[in-house]
Amino acid sequence: MTAVVAGRHRTRPGAVVALSLAGVVLAVIALAAVAPGLLATHDPLLTDVRAALQPPSAAHWFGTDQSGRDVYSRVVFGAGRSVGIGLLATGLALVVGVVVGSLSAVAPRWADAAAMRVVDVLLAFPEFLVALLVVAVLGPGPANIAVAVTIAAVPVYVRLARAQTRSLAAAEHVEAARIIGVPAVVVHGRHVLPGVLGAVSVLATIGVGTSILAAAGLSFLGLGPTEPTPEWGLMLSAGRNLLLQAPWVAVFPGLAITATVVSVSVVGRILRARSEERGA
Amino acid sequence: MSGVRVRGLRIDGPEGAIVRGLDLDVAPGECVAIVGESGAGKSLSARALLGLVPEGLSWSTEALEIDGASAQSLTERDWRRLRGRRIALVSQDALVSLDPLRRVGAEVAEPIRIHEPAVRGGALVGRVHDSLRRVALPEPERRARQYPHELSGGLRQRALIASALSATPAVLVADEPTTALDATVQARVLALLRRIADDGVAVVFISHDLGAVARVADRVVVMHEGRVVETGVTAEVLASPRDPVTRELVAAVSHEPLGRAPRADAPIFTAEGITKRFGERVAVDDVSFEVRRGRTLAVVGESGSGKTTLARLAVGVTRADAGRLRFDERDWTPGVARGADRRRVQLVQQNPWGALDPRWSVGRTLAEAAAAGGVPRAARRSAVAALLDEVGLSPAFARRRPAQLSGGQRQRVAIARALAVSPDLLVLDEPVSALDASVRAKILERLLDLQRERDLAMIFVTHDLDVVAAIADDVIVMKDGRVVDQGTVSCVFAAPRHPFTRELLAAAGLGTPAE
Repeated sequence: MTAVVAGRHRTRPGAVVALSLAGVVLAVIALAAVAPGLLATHDPLLTDVRAALQPPSAAHWFGTDQSGRDVYSRVVFGAGRSVGIGLLATGLALVVGVVVGSLSAVAPRWADAAAMRVVDVLLAFPEFLVALLVVAVLGPGPANIAVAVTIAAVPVYVRLARAQTRSLAAAEHVEAARIIGVPAVVVHGRHVLPGVLGAVSVLATIGVGTSILAAAGLSFLGLGPTEPTPEWGLMLSAGRNLLLQAPWVAVFPGLAITATVVSVSVVGRILRARSEERGA
Repeated sequence: MSGVRVRGLRIDGPEGAIVRGLDLDVAPGECVAIVGESGAGKSLSARALLGLVPEGLSWSTEALEIDGASAQSLTERDWRRLRGRRIALVSQDALVSLDPLRRVGAEVAEPIRIHEPAVRGGALVGRVHDSLRRVALPEPERRARQYPHELSGGLRQRALIASALSATPAVLVADEPTTALDATVQARVLALLRRIADDGVAVVFISHDLGAVARVADRVVVMHEGRVVETGVTAEVLASPRDPVTRELVAAVSHEPLGRAPRADAPIFTAEGITKRFGERVAVDDVSFEVRRGRTLAVVGESGSGKTTLARLAVGVTRADAGRLRFDERDWTPGVARGADRRRVQLVQQNPWGALDPRWSVGRTLAEAAAAGGVPRAARRSAVAALLDEVGLSPAFARRRPAQLSGGQRQRVAIARALAVSPDLLVLDEPVSALDASVRAKILERLLDLQRERDLAMIFVTHDLDVVAAIADDVIVMKDGRVVDQGTVSCVFAAPRHPFTRELLAAAGLGTPAE
């Protein structure tokens, strides 16, 4: 039937502004994570008791903390660790999710059912609670935080990867490839997995924000890196007792977390909308 | 005069004119068809009659009269007063057009509620039942209490027509109202539209199907690229089309049986009493047939008759519960259909939109198929070009992605992919039912050429008897999983044994209707 031709894809001006703003924030954070030395003004570990708890000034842009360390430089040096744990956890969750999910989709029914029940149990608890439980079992430390956040995030990826695998494996073009005589394993690798990865990685771009937040939350509780390591969650925790006297000690790491999470979600959501439009 | 009078309708989009000057007169009691290919502008023209041109397009008329009143430059508010009361629309897909959460009765009552608020209570219920009776919906009292999903496709379309007619409009615009329906159901809905016109309603019938048009329309307007290329009395236009566009449309839907001589060699593919069950339901019930090289067997039936299951059994992707399939003198099952043998029977699927990997270019898809067919890496590029040439596409198509192809082009690529592995038997599951008539005719022609060049055997699943005439030598007619009629196309068409075959032939306007 004559399709009513709608206008081509139009990006709303709001989306463009949001995307460029989020892009700039992420670029700065990425630079801080990769080469903190370029952005920092002070040594993040250098204590100077005489200059403790100074408000933001030309010398100390974000002020100083109770040991006289430059908050700005600590925020810059913290980026690598805070964002790194979130990225690492999301990356691990994506890989584990795709492997387990797509295997589960093609596995015998009993194996699939068993895997899905484990996923159901994990999904029944709030993500952060699962992460806490895992840290309680493994013990504190940055590496364990990454593992804990991965385990907490993984069920969603397993579910999505399984659903995508099942629907793609039954898609006509996949069956067509099988019928021309391409071996089943090759068909899976060529036609099914790329589609699954596409869908899951869109979810991951949104999930990075959640993972960063969860990792910072665990550090805030003192379960991650220990003093004097610069890490946003830990800095927030140290600053919370000084919130009335010296708000800048807690506010700037908090803002850094917020800006990162919001920017990542904005980019993730726009990417998802794009991929849905493509019908991927 | 009343009815509809349109002069110089123009619709402009961001990429140029879509409709360039349409004149249309429909008197009460008359049915006028607007025909043309996808993209001819007929649907938009129909919508313009109701002031429903989508946002982003601009439109204008030199004159527009509906039911005797001028409808030029009306506001949206004025249009709403007109729609349903003076002019109503029946669209293609009743499943989308009816609110799934509302009972049929409420849907039919809506126009009356809006335009005649005085009619309430018992009188309203009476009007709803009258309206349902007018479209010959059986058991109107019970149907009025049902939801759309409880009705079959044909009944749903009737309910939609009933809701359009409930506030007794003088003009009914029917936009491809029967395209989604099976042939016999389609014939009944068309007869209903004819009766509505005979009752004094001016009917505008939009269609790409000249067979349907011939059955209902008094006059026909042929559109091509937004222009009217021919108008006239339906019978005259169909008998002696003047414009080349009309001639092509007419030729695309009137095929004589092929009449190829039967082959005496051993059949390459035979089925003996095959049966396939899905739980309690028997999808294919004791079906036998044979196919020879260079010849085509058509499998005809309505949706749900087991045609697609039969195709999948023949391809060897589903296992039969009983009976046996033999291919090239050996048993043919999913267990046998592996490796090099897998490639000898190929499938072209029904839906050209899903058949190609959306991320892959046409060239990559065909190269994969060529590789599966054993073409060495160095020769693949030329093999892809040769395949594209075989299905009538230029080599430049190798770089395109499925999203950049039309339905007909996709189906050509799907056929090329199946041919890449040099099969002996090609199974085609409704390969042209999603395509326009003239595109369909070209693809059928191409398939006949390919069959001759490659001495291919084909099993062609379709619901369209005209397509059967164009391409098949033998035919089996299926109903509820069983074969009800079987033989050469000319025999079955000339002397159908089963009443269902007679009904199908009558619905296609090809045979003598059942007594």
